[in-house]
Amino acid sequence: MIRKPYLFPPYIWLILLFLTPFAIVFKVSLSDLAIAQPPYTPTLDLTEGWAGVRAMFEGFDFENYVWLFSGSWGSWDVASFVPIWVFDDALYYNAYTSSLKIAAITTIIALAVGYPMAYAIARAPRHLRPLLIMLIIIPFWSSFLIRVYAWIGILSNEGFLNMVLGWLGLPELRIINTNTAVYIGMVYVYLPFMILPIYAALDRMDGSLLEAAQDLGCSKIEAFWRITWPLSRPGVIAGCFLVFIPVIGEFIVPSLLGGSDTLMIGKTLYEEFYNNRDWPVASAVAVILLFVLIIPIVLFQRHQLKQQEAQL
Amino acid sequence: MTRLSRFNVVSLTFGFAFLYLPILLIMVYSFNESRLVTVWGGFSAKWYGALFADERFLNAAWVTLYVAFCSATIATVLGTMAAYALVRGGRFRGRTLFSGMIYAPLVMPEVITGLSLLLLFIAIGLDRGGFTIILAHATFCMCYVSVVVSSRLTTFDRSLEEAALDLGATGWQAFRLVTLPIIAPAVLSGWLLGFTLSLDDLVIASFVTGPGATTLPMRIFSEVRLGVSPKINALSTILIALVAIGVITASLATKRKSG
Amino acid sequence: MTDVTGFAPWDDPQATPLISYQNVTKTFGSFTAINDISLDIFPGEFFALLGPSGCGKTTLMRMLAGFEDASQGRITLAGQDLAGVPPNKRPVNMMFQSYALFPHMNVWDNIAFGLRRDGLAKDKVAARVEEMLRLVRLGKFAQRKPDQLSGGQKQRVALARSLAKAPKVLLLDEPLGALDKKLRQETQFELVDIQEKTGTTFLIVTHDQEEAMTVSTRIAVMDEGVIKQVATPPALYEQPNSRYVADFIGDVNLIEGTWINGSLVWSADQAPFDAQGTAGQGETVWLSLRPEKVAISKQEPDAINKVPGKVIDIAYLGNLSTYVVEIPGGQKIKAQAANARRLASRDITWNDTVWLSWTKTAGVVLTE
Repeated sequence: MIRKPYLFPPYIWLILLFLTPFAIVFKVSLSDLAIAQPPYTPTLDLTEGWAGVRAMFEGFDFENYVWLFSGSWGSWDVASFVPIWVFDDALYYNAYTSSLKIAAITTIIALAVGYPMAYAIARAPRHLRPLLIMLIIIPFWSSFLIRVYAWIGILSNEGFLNMVLGWLGLPELRIINTNTAVYIGMVYVYLPFMILPIYAALDRMDGSLLEAAQDLGCSKIEAFWRITWPLSRPGVIAGCFLVFIPVIGEFIVPSLLGGSDTLMIGKTLYEEFYNNRDWPVASAVAVILLFVLIIPIVLFQRHQLKQQEAQL
Repeated sequence: MTRLSRFNVVSLTFGFAFLYLPILLIMVYSFNESRLVTVWGGFSAKWYGALFADERFLNAAWVTLYVAFCSATIATVLGTMAAYALVRGGRFRGRTLFSGMIYAPLVMPEVITGLSLLLLFIAIGLDRGGFTIILAHATFCMCYVSVVVSSRLTTFDRSLEEAALDLGATGWQAFRLVTLPIIAPAVLSGWLLGFTLSLDDLVIASFVTGPGATTLPMRIFSEVRLGVSPKINALSTILIALVAIGVITASLATKRKSG
Repeated sequence: MTDVTGFAPWDDPQATPLISYQNVTKTFGSFTAINDISLDIFPGEFFALLGPSGCGKTTLMRMLAGFEDASQGRITLAGQDLAGVPPNKRPVNMMFQSYALFPHMNVWDNIAFGLRRDGLAKDKVAARVEEMLRLVRLGKFAQRKPDQLSGGQKQRVALARSLAKAPKVLLLDEPLGALDKKLRQETQFELVDIQEKTGTTFLIVTHDQEEAMTVSTRIAVMDEGVIKQVATPPALYEQPNSRYVADFIGDVNLIEGTWINGSLVWSADQAPFDAQGTAGQGETVWLSLRPEKVAISKQEPDAINKVPGKVIDIAYLGNLSTYVVEIPGGQKIKAQAANARRLASRDITWNDTVWLSWTKTAGVVLTE
């Protein structure tokens, strides 16, 4: 380390501001709710030395985790600790599955919308491509919040969409504060993440491969499914992960466009923390969210590594 | 060829309409005299006037720019060091942990990052405000910077550094006189990326902020929860115009350089 | 080659061409890539389209494959008009310059690709693929992916893949361009061998005149969208019809002059050159003279055409030496002599005054 002075500052910074906070989240998630400041027990009392540390560990339990799944595990005695509120249903469990479902559907829609766009850009005249890619990137750099906000004016009950529908003599739609609005918003903000890797894969593809396929007897559509699609798959997979992973924990879109019945774990966590001030449960929710995310993240990492090796 | 081309044109037209129509509507209606969403009450720039007269927005903008500037700068210094360690550092103890800590924040949900940092700041009794936002933003931005810079470093011809060392430069001189000038564009785009991410962040800032430090996204969020606001339309128009100018300038600059 | 094998359908008025370009023009916007070309290619030929990049040779080939449509004119294959027939319905296969091997399929699947599109039975596909693998000697590599092959192996897979469907015509777009020189020479002979074994008509596009000379029965020399000359390799070399062709095929000296009374007047104070040719009296003509047909000597020879000069450069090529000699008027003429004797015993060196000489039939008189 002494010979690599440049390693010190970022390493220490990350340990202090990335690793330690997680240790704390994990610690709090094992604590019980208390009406105090900070609102959890046990706290680490270093003035008592080792005894304090031991007391803290003795106070840890997995109640918060059990409780998260109370609806599905059923028989656990949740009355032993008295939270401010009690749900009969498995709110958190449902929030996780609903987040996964929303992320999956968003990914599929984004792929259906993004693939043709990436394809069209890759097939556009060479001199137009930088412009088209720039047009994809501009929203990507613009404020996330504003892009979500833009849809409020369109989807709200007195919004532009219903105005247009009214002109056309069609019945009005109620979209805002529903999951439909969440899907639209999610696809909208995460679309560039889908388009860019697919475009990169398609752009790398040698155009003569398609001619070769046609020359050997493929129709254009057959050539697409046998050559273009398999060769763009790495980009498709990368794009899907890049949409799926952040959507799971997304907070802004469900809270601005979703309704009270839109269950997403990021929003639930935020509300748990601020509205209910239940830090232990919020921490437990966060820890489980991490475990949920680890699977796609690890898969994504392995995919990227494989791609890097293939390109060498 | 014609049939596929038509398909391509259609998907591009609809795709870009989807991407740009919402933004264009905001921009157009930011000049709307009327307060109502869909009613066009004539052209007016009054909401821009109202925006600039609103102390809360001006304060928030100032806090946001200050935070973004500081955190992007810290993130660029630390991120460049981290990238150098990852690409040039060879083997060192805890390398896996280090690279894990660099890449993890990229995929970490903001709610978790925000929550964990808040719990840390509470645990060590740090007063929350602009300073804690800077710490939080610098942490996740440095990861983005290090990804940008390390991708440049991996394509960088190592023999250039070796030539400098061979000609008698010290390690630091070789970095400062040879490596840094060559990776400078990547460092700059890393800074810009960090700056933009910090400007844009709502969730982490909401967690770690304290009284008195309200950033622009927080201001916007509390405003738009109640619905469409013409003042926010005006603000959005300004922000999007700035980004568009930035992106176009950057792409023209790179074009001139490469062409 | 015509005189060796007796294969010369182009000289036989009864022969029907396999491929026929009839007044074909191709324009891209305002650019004319192919300008009113008519060309017949006969079954069994190994036909080369030769020219610099941008001369239209690739476009001419791609029109046959179906990747470009003719703007005007007609292309027929075995009597059938190809207009409107998509590439996948043409009995023509192409070997691409980049080889265009499908990176996600192994060698076996690449070769089987076209056969499967024809809906051939599995065992027939397998038999044909094995046959092709044997033909190109790649049996051991059947399970490899393209990126695990060397350049020469990729080239052979591409060849096997395009031959698998037994096309009427095989199109080869710069087939050897990506190989190094030694491998290229070996592969040229292999190509000729495979062409003869399969009896397929080959149409090759190349910018390498040596390659075209080595492999083909006939060569069309192209420039800026037109065919300058179509002839067998020996005819092209010995009887070029223009300075462009003479210069493109091999090394050449071009001496400008005026055609007067059946000889070439090239200098006011030197004797005119005697040559066979037809040109109008007083027309500007060029004598095209191959370096190896120019003799070099220290003593004044007894020859019809001779000119004195000064040696200004000697290039030693091992088997040959090329002498660059400046003749009166300042033009530099190249003469080539075989190095039959050892270096020390040769007597011509720099700045020597020498005589260049050639026979009446050594050169060709060109009017364009």
